[in-house]
Amino acid sequence: MAKVIELRQLHRLVTGKKYGDVMVLGGGISGIQASLDLANQGFKVYLVERAPSIGGHMAQLDKTFPTNECST
Amino acid sequence: MEGVSGEVGDFKVTLLKKARYIREDKCTGCTTCVEYCPVMVPDPFNQEIGKSKAVHIYFSQAIPLITYIDQSCLYLKEKKCGICETVCENDAIDFRQKDQLDQINVGAIILAPGFEPYDPRVVTEYKYGIFGNVVTSMDFERLLSSTGPYEGEIRRPSDQRHPHKIAWVQCVGSRRVTPGNNSYCSAVCCTYTQKQVILTKDHDSSAECTVFHNDIRSYGKDFERFYERAKNLSGIRFIRSYVTISREDPVTKNVFIRYATPNGVVEEDFDLVVLSVGLNPPKYSKELAQKLGIELEEHGFSKTEPFNLIQTSRPGVFVSGTFQGPTDIPESVFTASGAVSQTGQLLKHRKGKLATERVYPEEKEVAKEEPKVGVFVCHCGANIGRVVNVPEVVEYASKLPHVVHAQEQLFSCSTDSAKQITDVIKEKGLNRVIVAACTPRTHEPTFRDSLREAGLNQYFFEFANIREHCSWVHSMEKEEATKKAKDLVRMSWARAVRLEPLGEYELQVNKTALVVGGGVAGMTTALSLAKQGHEVYLVEREKELGGIVRRLHYTLEGLDVQGFLRDLIKEVYAHPLVHVITNARILNATGYVGNFVTRVQSDGFVKEIKHGATILATGATEYRPKEYLYGQDPRVMTNLELEERLAKGDESLKDLNTVVMIQCVGSRNEERNYCSRICCSQSIKNALKLKELRPDVDIYILFRDIRTYGFREDYYRLASDKGIRFIRYEPQSPPLVGVTDEGTLRVTVEDEILGNQLEIDTDLLSLAVAVVAPEGVEETALKFNATVGLDNFYKEAHVKLRPVDFGTDGVFVCGSAHYPKHIQEVINQAYGAAGRAMTLLSKETVTASGAVALVDQNACISCGACITVCNYGAISFEETPKGKKARVNPVLCKGDGLCTTKCPTGAVQLQHFKDGQIMAQLDAAKGETDILAELDRAVGE
Repeated sequence: MAKVIELRQLHRLVTGKKYGDVMVLGGGISGIQASLDLANQGFKVYLVERAPSIGGHMAQLDKTFPTNECST
Repeated sequence: MEGVSGEVGDFKVTLLKKARYIREDKCTGCTTCVEYCPVMVPDPFNQEIGKSKAVHIYFSQAIPLITYIDQSCLYLKEKKCGICETVCENDAIDFRQKDQLDQINVGAIILAPGFEPYDPRVVTEYKYGIFGNVVTSMDFERLLSSTGPYEGEIRRPSDQRHPHKIAWVQCVGSRRVTPGNNSYCSAVCCTYTQKQVILTKDHDSSAECTVFHNDIRSYGKDFERFYERAKNLSGIRFIRSYVTISREDPVTKNVFIRYATPNGVVEEDFDLVVLSVGLNPPKYSKELAQKLGIELEEHGFSKTEPFNLIQTSRPGVFVSGTFQGPTDIPESVFTASGAVSQTGQLLKHRKGKLATERVYPEEKEVAKEEPKVGVFVCHCGANIGRVVNVPEVVEYASKLPHVVHAQEQLFSCSTDSAKQITDVIKEKGLNRVIVAACTPRTHEPTFRDSLREAGLNQYFFEFANIREHCSWVHSMEKEEATKKAKDLVRMSWARAVRLEPLGEYELQVNKTALVVGGGVAGMTTALSLAKQGHEVYLVEREKELGGIVRRLHYTLEGLDVQGFLRDLIKEVYAHPLVHVITNARILNATGYVGNFVTRVQSDGFVKEIKHGATILATGATEYRPKEYLYGQDPRVMTNLELEERLAKGDESLKDLNTVVMIQCVGSRNEERNYCSRICCSQSIKNALKLKELRPDVDIYILFRDIRTYGFREDYYRLASDKGIRFIRYEPQSPPLVGVTDEGTLRVTVEDEILGNQLEIDTDLLSLAVAVVAPEGVEETALKFNATVGLDNFYKEAHVKLRPVDFGTDGVFVCGSAHYPKHIQEVINQAYGAAGRAMTLLSKETVTASGAVALVDQNACISCGACITVCNYGAISFEETPKGKKARVNPVLCKGDGLCTTKCPTGAVQLQHFKDGQIMAQLDAAKGETDILAELDRAVGE
């Protein structure tokens, strides 16, 4: 059964191709900045993140040094 | 990511999209399901200190702001429960979702997988997970946060009491070669600890904070002042000592720490101990590297090109952020832009082919119509709704004059709600829209967009902030909050009916760039832009390109700097789009983003350059010391002078018996209150070279803190292993340098450990002198409307998030002109500046806001007050038939309205915030009778 599902997915892969210019792996501050700069230059970007939200570790920080501004 | 095949220009990436069990297009983030979910789980976002539900939103500002169901769900485990499915009104729960394989085709890949905080559980000596009141700095970060487990109250794990006496232990997992630890310095912990100390004192001004450290590494921009700020708070101790976390009090659960003092080892107890954990490579880096076919360096981070830390071992795969090695946020940001620039070099021909520009319907002419106002009041999930009675506010708004539509929305910002606003505008012919929700900062662009989609001028939108200004600050006073929400809506209404449509300014962008400064930074930026098809003028003050790097010969890692520089200069001259002007002086610069004009003089010629972007890369230079007999005794020299002698193969260096190096010469003092960042590594680099020449030479490095951050720490260790002696001195008792009667050069320093004066007779004294901004930097800054900071380094627009931009649009900074840097960091930032400049240069036009100041020249009395007060040079006099009158250049105006406050006749008006609009809003705060009554009371009637 699992094989059948896998085959179906493979079939969909072949038929429904997704084309982009760049894949950015990681949606922390660096990945977000890269994606925004790319998109603003007219590139189509896939931003891939493991967690349920983008933001990365910076989102977990309370404030940032040396200005102590809010991190999120 | 499951795997990558193909090659640069044509990668096929297989992705596994994990099931969220939520229909992303249906979920509005209302969190009803979260309320009903019976399963409590440790909250991963809050470091598992607080609890969350099996279905929950990852964190309050998550993007996308929708829920997900984790594997602890009863239904997923045993097909029980399913309450969430029942309570969801949007049919957004979907238990049948499966993980899905997906394939995407891309031309290039940027890796930004970040880091993994060091897990102190791998080594029992840290007692994390053993003693209740030992937490990591990441845990503490969540304790400090208002969205954290205790809503911003610092409570300790054992009894939820507020800890009063807190200790931080530095270098946890870092700078150690014992198993389970990392040999490198994690580069950020010293400063984040200082931040945590300052924030702790904000929470509890009487808190006692102790930081146990080995060196304080405040090597970044403005870090030294930050360190002093932390150090000078009351009740703060910075203690230099390795520590043992020894025991836990069985009753109080306080934690004991043993540390060394000049009088022997002492033991002291603390309410809470924070482990300043370092940065590990990302958890899955090995797996990731394998799937991507890239190599890792010895510590497990990405292996890169020696002089290009953005390029991995596989063409077309770039790396940014902490996967390069431990770095701070600004570096993570500019290496991201740098990776974008290198991607652009590769894929410039594809730009704009796949991405589609949005097209809006034509704007309707409605200015002359009667106002028809629509009011949308947002619940913001429970953020507003649980405090403010939203239906009551809607009911109130609907009765205001000209209001033809009022409704509530669960999340006005969600895609379908925003679309609903567009639909209602069209359906009811609205010509003014008020959203009562959060702040313009977060969502004004969203709602302006909804108006544009409906063919309405976006300046007909008005925001009433009933969250930050109301529900969040009055959460205990529900009735009063509802009343205030009505007041705010009425005030917005008063302004909204007076709003006018405004046009935005479209400006052509000149595709040429000007790079000021022909050092490594300037050349790298210039080449990267040229390789993306842009003409670049590279102007250099000196006769030759290269800057200060002409005097560098090798790096700490042993790279050949001159070889690299030769190749770079050759490439610059060979590129047809780079025009080099040496011996250059900038006469003046005018214009604005996309359209600058700069006049440059060189060898008697004056060239006028028209350019769209400007990059300042004017570098830095060496401080000329007045101390330590420099310039008086030939045996005393700077680090760079010693390096030049080493590089030249000076034979006399082989005869040296003793060498002394003094750190922080001209840095970290009153005059230059900053760390020059590179000198510790420079001294160690030269010391190691000298040891190569003659292994038995005695080398003493006199230092305050050794700041070999990141992987450079390994070379510090190597130097110690080779017998190079490091002697610490305090700034109040610096080393003394003199020449004895016999002509011996003698350095005297207080040895802290031995507690006596140490006299070292030396053959050579090398000074680690400060890195300083070059002369004339202020004039250059002035010409380009850029700013310099306290230490004469350029001041970026935002220290974390816009590290290579200036406040002035279209002008960028990179290299040592921004702050002293190692050569690889300079290159990183130079690519970053190119990436940011490309976001401008790749556009045909830029748009300037319509909310700018405008002068009524009939009312202008030519006093010039507005010109003086403008920070952006946006106002100037122009000759008119009635004499010179002020005129605002709308492109330069940032709409801060300072000029309107200075104008004595009210001739300057800020569009969109005209006096009449603001006064109407203020008047609506209270009824006229209320104001009269108050005035009456004030005069005692």
